[in-house]
Amino acid sequence: MNPFALAQSRIGRFRLPSLTHYRRERLIFLGFIAPNFILFGVFTFWPLLYNFYLSFTKWNMIAPTPQIVWLDNYATMLHDPIFWKVLANTVYLATGSIAIRLVLALALALLLNQKLAGRAVYRAVIFSPTFTTGAAIALVWTWIFHKQLGLLRLPLNLLGVSSPDWLGDVHWTIPALILVTVWKGLGYDMVIFLAGLQGVPAELYEAARVDGAGAWGLFRHVTLPMLSPITFFLIVTSIINALQIFDIVAVMTGGGPMNSSKVYVYYVYENAFKWFKVGYASALSVVLFFITLGITLSQTRLSRRWVHY
Amino acid sequence: MKARVGPQHSATAVRRAAGRLCSHAVLLAAAAAVGLPFFWMIATSLKSDVEVGLFPPVWIPASLQWNNFVEVWRAAPFGMFYVNSIVTTLSGLTLEIIIGALSAYAFARIEFPRRDALFLVVLATMMIPGEMALVPNYLTLRHLGWINTYPGIVIPYVSSAFGCFLLRQAFLALPREIFDAAKIDGAGHLRILVSVAIPMVRPVVATFALFLFIAKWNAYLWPMIVTNTWSMRTLPIGLVLVREAEGTLGWQHLMAASLFVLLPILIVFFIAQRQLIEGIARGAVKG
Repeated sequence: MNPFALAQSRIGRFRLPSLTHYRRERLIFLGFIAPNFILFGVFTFWPLLYNFYLSFTKWNMIAPTPQIVWLDNYATMLHDPIFWKVLANTVYLATGSIAIRLVLALALALLLNQKLAGRAVYRAVIFSPTFTTGAAIALVWTWIFHKQLGLLRLPLNLLGVSSPDWLGDVHWTIPALILVTVWKGLGYDMVIFLAGLQGVPAELYEAARVDGAGAWGLFRHVTLPMLSPITFFLIVTSIINALQIFDIVAVMTGGGPMNSSKVYVYYVYENAFKWFKVGYASALSVVLFFITLGITLSQTRLSRRWVHY
Repeated sequence: MKARVGPQHSATAVRRAAGRLCSHAVLLAAAAAVGLPFFWMIATSLKSDVEVGLFPPVWIPASLQWNNFVEVWRAAPFGMFYVNSIVTTLSGLTLEIIIGALSAYAFARIEFPRRDALFLVVLATMMIPGEMALVPNYLTLRHLGWINTYPGIVIPYVSSAFGCFLLRQAFLALPREIFDAAKIDGAGHLRILVSVAIPMVRPVVATFALFLFIAKWNAYLWPMIVTNTWSMRTLPIGLVLVREAEGTLGWQHLMAASLFVLLPILIVFFIAQRQLIEGIARGAVKG
């Protein structure tokens, strides 16, 4: 039905604003979101689809067209011992780093939650590594881990323990990386815990104390439950970040020796840009995508079980 | 608290003071442990060749070798690295803020059918890991001839889902009347965005810019992939290349070079740390 006729027939009751006004608004809307959406399309969505496509091919980026091999890449992955090692390394690094970091961060946040002199200074110093350039501090830590001249030998000598070849011994590379990632991420987790602690209403503590709870009881029954949303948030974001670690590993160990410290994204990078096995690299990326998706989706379900509000 | 002297109260006071002392001790130890690598980096960068090779290590060099900085600056094109980093970081963050603000304003204040569904599309992009886009983006840039260029480094990372989300929330929090008043005055949307909306959310924009600066300055994987000549490398990558280029460089030089790379970030951190910390805390507690 002709909208103009409709509008004119109801002129007494309501006036339809000019259609060109609506059209103009919509065009302006499209114009405003266009840069963002065009960029999303070109650099986020199309790559996602193309990556799926490439995972079914074999290609070295130089030949004119990729060669379709269907599920070969995924089959290779299942039988690739390096893939499983890389996955294990990433899980090992993530778990070790996150567990240590959260415990230390919570402990420090609890200490900082008191009215102490100079707490802002403590907070700033502990937080300072968080935003430092990964490549640069990786170099600094490589020097600290140096086999003969590294700073880390001092405290170990004091404890009477022999100092391992951190970056050269296959058993010590991931612990070394755990140390570095804990050092770098501790401040961030601590700041977030601190914000959470400061959000716990004092009345809850009072009520618990009245009920006869001691310091440990207060911690277990008031602090921890109240912190559970934040703890959960930290665990999930830390896992997702851990899956994407690259620069520190690339600079400190290059994944070696003997793949002992190779993490997932480094393996993807090697396959794509060092060995030009683009199809396989894409398949690895697809698997990473689904792992990340799985974690993000299970976040909602798990949060209902674990988190107290 | 009134001073009521009695054995019970002074015992509590002593316990509390002891507790405070312990807290200080632990925090001091933690801060010292965290700060030590920075101190060590600076100390090493000022050592002479001989001192670097000593173990047990020298804590403070006998004489400060400032020439280490000059030598390493000459050993690699650090000036170029700095220029590249500054150009890509600043242009990247400016573009990302503009693009984010435009779409945020549209989602917040311009009517459009199924606008909320479109916004979900924006949120969805935040769930896609960046690694998936590496090879396809490289190929796209190869088509465009942007390999080893500034646009190549900057443009793929200028779209902003997070900025759109953040600024949209900020715009939605502004009172409707301001926008209505501006519209009555005949201002178009662009004018409203620039003269009304953005100025009112300046703290949010500033914090966003801060985080963007840090993220883009520290970027490693993508700039490494997309650049292939020394003249286009950014600082983090240049630093690593310096290590590989043999020659007469010792650890004192590498530590000096690391300081070159870290200095801007540390300066930004010390100036803006409260803003950074509050930005993070606010985001985590809300979300």
